[in-house]
Amino acid sequence: MVQAVKRLLFLLPAFVLYTVFMVYPLLSALADSFWTWEGTARRGFAGAGNFTGLFTTFPLNRQLEPAFWHTVVFFLGTMVVQNTFGLLVAVLLVELPAARRFLRTVYTIPYLIGGLVVGYLWSLLLSPAFGPLNAGLHAAGLGSLARPWLGDPATALPVVILVNAWQYLGFPVLLFGAALAGLPPEYGEAARVDGAGARQRFFRVTLPLLLPSIGVVTILTFIGSMNTFELVYSLEGAQGNQPTGPGGATDVLGLIFYRVAFQEGGSNAIGLSSALAVLLFVFTFGVAVVANGLIRRRTT
Amino acid sequence: MKRFFGHLILWAYAVVALAPLVVMVLDSLRPNTDVLADPLGLPKTLDLASYATAWTEASFSTYVRNSVFVTVGAVALDVLVSLPAAYVLGRQRFRGRGVLIAYFLAGLMLPVRLGILPIFYLLGSIGLVDSRLGLVLVYAASGVPFSIFILSAFFRGLPVELEEAARIDGAGEFRIFARVLTPLVKPAIATVVVFRFVPLWNDFFFPLVLLRTTDRYTLPVGLTQFFGEFQTNWSALFAGLVIATVPLVVLFLLATRQIVEGLTAGMGR
Repeated sequence: MVQAVKRLLFLLPAFVLYTVFMVYPLLSALADSFWTWEGTARRGFAGAGNFTGLFTTFPLNRQLEPAFWHTVVFFLGTMVVQNTFGLLVAVLLVELPAARRFLRTVYTIPYLIGGLVVGYLWSLLLSPAFGPLNAGLHAAGLGSLARPWLGDPATALPVVILVNAWQYLGFPVLLFGAALAGLPPEYGEAARVDGAGARQRFFRVTLPLLLPSIGVVTILTFIGSMNTFELVYSLEGAQGNQPTGPGGATDVLGLIFYRVAFQEGGSNAIGLSSALAVLLFVFTFGVAVVANGLIRRRTT
Repeated sequence: MKRFFGHLILWAYAVVALAPLVVMVLDSLRPNTDVLADPLGLPKTLDLASYATAWTEASFSTYVRNSVFVTVGAVALDVLVSLPAAYVLGRQRFRGRGVLIAYFLAGLMLPVRLGILPIFYLLGSIGLVDSRLGLVLVYAASGVPFSIFILSAFFRGLPVELEEAARIDGAGEFRIFARVLTPLVKPAIATVVVFRFVPLWNDFFFPLVLLRTTDRYTLPVGLTQFFGEFQTNWSALFAGLVIATVPLVVLFLLATRQIVEGLTAGMGR
């Protein structure tokens, strides 16, 4: 009995803090999504009304689908860079131990400084008039390539993806590095004895063993992409269509959620943004769980 | 030959990773007219005027103080409540333990941002909107799942004999927890502290929504305000970015191991 009371005292602070400030708000958002709101007053049960409202309320109905595809492209672009170039860098780091710690640190620094700072930094570097990138192109005699990278709808999204890949490359390098260090050397040795070349050893032995890590990187990149907000906000502004902006070419779902909740949601902002939150969560979680299951089945 | 190309790729990418940060630092040390005339030039003298502008005129001193208070406060509260819970969950068997562990670890997958509106009204009802303390509570709560995940795994790994010996010596539950076992999980605490510090220091979404008064802004929201006000003073903008970045780089150089461990937690099995 005394034991049980003590145990309770140990558990209670964490339980209360986590329940009140994390679980309760998320459950509230779920409940709120089924009601119609007028400002902060609940007006009546909406059923699925808010969910259908996401696709019929102006300006959301115009923005949601493009934002979904931008997010998908954002995820695919980042993921491809991480699982190819990130993997290459990790493998090279294992094979060339000189300065490994220094290089690993260098690759990880952009990841640490956060999306907002990275976004503002690159918004200066890529600025059309005074930016170092265009200045460098002019100095190198490549002035014809200089353009308003972030303002041109054709280049805006690819550039945002590249900046994101630049920021996060240290992450797959560390993850793949840890996985490569954990591989039993016997497999590679056995393949070498059997006469397999370096390329063959990588694609036939190492790569299959790395599949679980590639899966983890892919799933975490997916979750990160679904939540992307700071980077796009600082690179392109909350609207993404200011006078100099690319006219919504970089709207992603995280940004739309912010705009619905705090700028464009109208009187039913609570209902609509809660419905969007629920959809985002169900989609992200669902895809992550299914992908995780597939990876586990393929690899065990 | 192959080694040569390998090294070339690694060092070339190191340049790509660092060049933007080097430009940021160099331009922050040059007068604004120089920066606008030639953004890729080198500093002629060590001109710290832009740092003075950012620090005083643009109130970066206030933003840094707020960021330190919020981040340190949240990480401290998070560790303080998670330690005893992780101890019980990691070392004791009782009914409902599995359910509780699942309840806490479910939080690893919950995007706390999506609860922003209920959080806003919850904090409003207790007078903690536009308050640094409100931010501390939300941040600490969002860290509990990760902290319990790391700490309880570490507690579980400690040998049972330690506890038994202490118990034979007459130590009570609290003493065993605080004096015997907690000192042994220090490495895990370091991992939690470092790994939670980074995202909280960088967080922009919650202060953007929850803070209204400039005096209470943390660095990321302060930075947004600053980029609006000082649009044409690039040298100062770069200086502001350096101020926001330096604490993280210092932390990283001091605690590379913890960061790598936190990032790769659960991997390599």
